[in-house]
Amino acid sequence: MAAPATGEPDELELIAYRLRRWVASPRPYLALVGIGLLLGFWYLTVDLLQLPRFAQMPGLPAVLHEFLSRNPDYGTSLFTADYYQDVWASLRRIAIGFALATVLGVPVGLMLGWSQRFREYVFPVFELLRPIPILAWVPLAIIMFAGSETPVVYLTFLGSFFVTALNTLLGVRSIDRRYLLAAACLGARPWSVFRHVIIPGALPFIFTGLEISIGIAWFSLVAAEMVSGQYGLGYLINTSYTQVEYPTIVIGMVTLGVVGYGTSVLVRAAGAALRRGHTRGG
Amino acid sequence: MGQSRGALSFVDVTKTYRPGDEHVRAVEHCSFDVPPGEIFMIAGPSGCGKTTLLNAVAGFQGIDAGTIRLDGQILCGPDRQALPGPDRVVVFQEGALFPWKTILENVAFGPIVQNRLSRRDALEKARALMADAGLGGHEHDYPATVSSGVQRRAEIVRALMNDPTVLLLDEPYRALDRITKSLMHESLLEIHARSGVTILFITHDLEEAVFLGHRVAVMTARPGRHKQTIVIDLPHPRDYSIVTTPRFRELLQEVSDAVREEAVRAFAQGDAEGGLAVVR
Repeated sequence: MAAPATGEPDELELIAYRLRRWVASPRPYLALVGIGLLLGFWYLTVDLLQLPRFAQMPGLPAVLHEFLSRNPDYGTSLFTADYYQDVWASLRRIAIGFALATVLGVPVGLMLGWSQRFREYVFPVFELLRPIPILAWVPLAIIMFAGSETPVVYLTFLGSFFVTALNTLLGVRSIDRRYLLAAACLGARPWSVFRHVIIPGALPFIFTGLEISIGIAWFSLVAAEMVSGQYGLGYLINTSYTQVEYPTIVIGMVTLGVVGYGTSVLVRAAGAALRRGHTRGG
Repeated sequence: MGQSRGALSFVDVTKTYRPGDEHVRAVEHCSFDVPPGEIFMIAGPSGCGKTTLLNAVAGFQGIDAGTIRLDGQILCGPDRQALPGPDRVVVFQEGALFPWKTILENVAFGPIVQNRLSRRDALEKARALMADAGLGGHEHDYPATVSSGVQRRAEIVRALMNDPTVLLLDEPYRALDRITKSLMHESLLEIHARSGVTILFITHDLEEAVFLGHRVAVMTARPGRHKQTIVIDLPHPRDYSIVTTPRFRELLQEVSDAVREEAVRAFAQGDAEGGLAVVR
């Protein structure tokens, strides 16, 4: 695509401008207040009031102390290699599973939307498998794949794959008939229609799908890691539970929140960048 | 250029739609001729089958009986649906520029996907045609960022890139405001004067029909039949000053009377939509 070369400086200036606007607006401070309220509620119920049901809960000071300790009581903190090994293991599985789901899911979705024959063969199977929760796949995944790593990656892939393929299919179906008729009028053969109309027309839905898919990937990953596998944040949370290392559970959860949010932001940014290059203003 | 191409002849064309158990006769025994190189307007109340005729020529749908010929060759018949192709390009009511391509890429699209021109030659030709149509400077804009007037002109230029035999316009200016519409009309007349392409133009707007057309065909209320073709003997090239001349008013009156008669008939038949088109 011969997209016009828009000046890079403009883009940077725009980002700087938006950042200044954001800092000047009440939004970041409201967000801080929101987070503060959550932590305050936690501190109040567990540490100050010591509500009966919360007796076993790790409190805010205990978790903070453990998380920031150079010498953590239970072996996992910001200063231990184990922690990063777990984060890295999860990130790696997410990257592989999500990439596979995208590389396979997008073409399958495009074909489902594009070819009626393909849809008639594949869609019923698809609709049959799709509602099966990822957790139900765990035993089969362990039986099917050797080792502990492959089943986890497979499960991460599986959830994302269905979401990506389905959203891509919806994207193709959402393309206005006018564009297909116009392409036919202008003498486009099926391959050109596919390349110039179907793919770009479905793109907005595809990226929406990917944003959902990365969330599903984390969900499936943690489910899989809790049952099978070694290392990883799901594994960390589960073993901390069985070994009664409660503060570490929260460390794992908080990390999941932060890292998961980071990957979502990355996917959204990638989508926005690609869309800008493709349909400025469209 | 294409002065001798683009003769359309409709003979006994009939098309029935069957939504559920209902039979809706959209067009019945409709016959008329479109001379090559002219701007031929089809006017008539809503639901009189104007778009049905255009879709059949475009190859979007078939007909049940009769024939449509293009330059003597059979284009469609009861057992033969035309395939859409670059010799009969449609410009749509709602506009169909690809939003993910720049105006230039849109205009150059036809010859590139047909492998008729190299990408470079197609872009060059597109630039030249755009400049002719007063679209210079919009090459790298995306459709959503330009006015609807620019969009419509760009879509017509995109069609002309293919040197079509017939240009099929389905109320392309319906959504435009009056002033833009009048500018579009003059621009279309200019484009026509340059290219000589046959234009089949469907419209509700009778003033538009008389201003643009060499002829105006009036269709009857449903089932749509050809009622009469009124020759618009106003000289070319035309500009907007012509709309105040007595001859223009006279012709407009003639067309209005013909359409009105049909609309009233449609209204009496209970086809409220047909009535509304005229009340408007």
